[in-house]
Order: sequence, then C-alpha cells, then structure tokens
Amino acid sequence: MRRAVAILLLIIVALGISISLEKIPFGTLKTKVGKYYINEGREETGAVNIVTAVVVNYRGFDTLGEVTVLFIAAIGLGAVLRAGVGEGTKKTESASLVLYTGCRLLFPLILVFGTYIFIHGHLTPGGGFQGGAIIASGFLLIYLGCRERRISRTASNLAESLGGMVFVLIGLLGLVFGSYFLLNFLPKGTANTLFSAGIIPIIYVAIGFKVGSELASIIDNLIEESQ
Amino acid sequence: MIVVVSFLVLLMLVAAVAASVFRDLISAVIAAALVSLIASILFYLLQAPDVAMAEAAIGAALTAAIFIIAIRRTKRYEE
Repeated sequence: MRRAVAILLLIIVALGISISLEKIPFGTLKTKVGKYYINEGREETGAVNIVTAVVVNYRGFDTLGEVTVLFIAAIGLGAVLRAGVGEGTKKTESASLVLYTGCRLLFPLILVFGTYIFIHGHLTPGGGFQGGAIIASGFLLIYLGCRERRISRTASNLAESLGGMVFVLIGLLGLVFGSYFLLNFLPKGTANTLFSAGIIPIIYVAIGFKVGSELASIIDNLIEESQ
Repeated sequence: MIVVVSFLVLLMLVAAVAASVFRDLISAVIAAALVSLIASILFYLLQAPDVAMAEAAIGAALTAAIFIIAIRRTKRYEE
C-alpha cells in the first residue's frame, strides 16, 4: 500500500516537473545579459577570459560570498577537529623511497603550475579557485610522501587572512575611487598582456592564496586528526 | 568525436554504478574519483576548461583524499 502511494506520488512529481520544463525552450538564449557579457566583456573589463570577467568583475560580490563560505567551512572543520588534539609530535612511519623522491621532485612543479594558473586567470582558463585547488593538491602530496614535513600554521593562517583582506580592501577602494563596491578602478592596460584588466589579476592572486591555504589547512587538520 | 564522448559517458555510468555497488569503500571512492575525472574531461570537450580544472583538482584529487582519510578512521568494508 505504502509503496503504491510512493510510486503514485513520484509519478505526479515527475509529471509536474516535465510539464513545467516543457515550457522552457531548450538551447536558446533566454536572457540578454549573457550575450552582453560575451560581446562587451572584453572591452569593459580588459580580461580576455570572459569567465574570469564574469566571476571577478560582473559577479565579484558573489565570489566574495563563495570565498566566505569556504572560509567558514575551513574554520568550522578546524574548530571541530582541533578541539581535543594536542600539538604533540607523533611517530609516523616514513613513505617508500619512490613516493618520497617523487613528491619532492613534483611538489615545486605543482606549486609553480598552480601559481601560473591563478596569475594568468584573466588570460587563460583557470583562476584563483582552480590554482588554489592545484596548490592544495601539491600539499596533499607532501603530506603523503614526506610525512615529517608540516606546513607552518602561522604561515597558512597569514596567507589566508591576507588573501581575504586584500579582496575586501580592493572592493572598498572601489567605493573610495568611484561609485560602487568592487569597481574596477585600475587602468585596463592592453588586452592579452599580464598587466591588464585592472583589479582582476590582483583579486585572483588573493583568492588563489586564500583558497590554497584553506584547502591545505583542511587536509592538514584531517591528517593530523587521523594519525 | 561523438564516439569518444559516448564511450566516456558509458564509462562514467559504469563507474557511478560501481561506486554505489562496491562493498570495499576504498574501491568505491576510487570509482567516484573516476566519475569526477571523466566529468572533467567531458567539461573540457564541451569547451568549459575553467570548470574542468576545478572538477579535476577538487573532485578527483582532494575529495578522494578526504574520503580515504575518513575511511582510514572508520571501517573499510561495508556490512
């Protein structure tokens, strides 16, 4: 009986969703704003990568919220996991020679690659979030391969706070120099060069540092807890 | 092109089903990471390299690592 009711309810829900989705034309342009960003974005923001222009410039405030969500998640995880754990040094067995050598060779390359991704966020695909995630995966490799090494908590907290502060400060400077929060007040420069697009590269470097240190500290907390 | 994409989607479906069927949780996590990896390749083929990068770094690497750390603290096999 209950199963029959459940199936009936599911069918009703499916019908409702399919009827409401039927009205929406598939694959056609529904709003004009997307077209506007594609046509005018490069001129207006100076960023060649339109995705970055939207993420950091047109929707910069949303990105600030996104960064804040990640920040709160990292803080919460740290508060829950670090509560009862002392700072004592624990004995860990060292990794095999292959893993140790491999991670020592690869770590600097991964770091450089992540940095490249977020510095060139306005020119090539990628940006602060992607670069930060790549850097954090490099730190994960260090935790797996060279277990006696630890990132300094002070340095990671410093990078995290500085990244967030730079983002907010640049947003506030927009209010000082112009009319609204996160105004692109710096000169745009010539498109397709490293020093172009005004505040976009600065904000993306800040986000890169912030996301990288946050994700690395999440991994740090989890691994410390699990040993 | 269409052959490659259909093969990838098929592989992704197999990996997704495997992730929910496996009793060994480590294998399930690896299968879930494979889903993420193929999703990132598909994002790249659909001309969304920004999303592909985030998916590959977060979905395939970091999430799998966090799951494996969590499994190490609990039990490896589902009952």
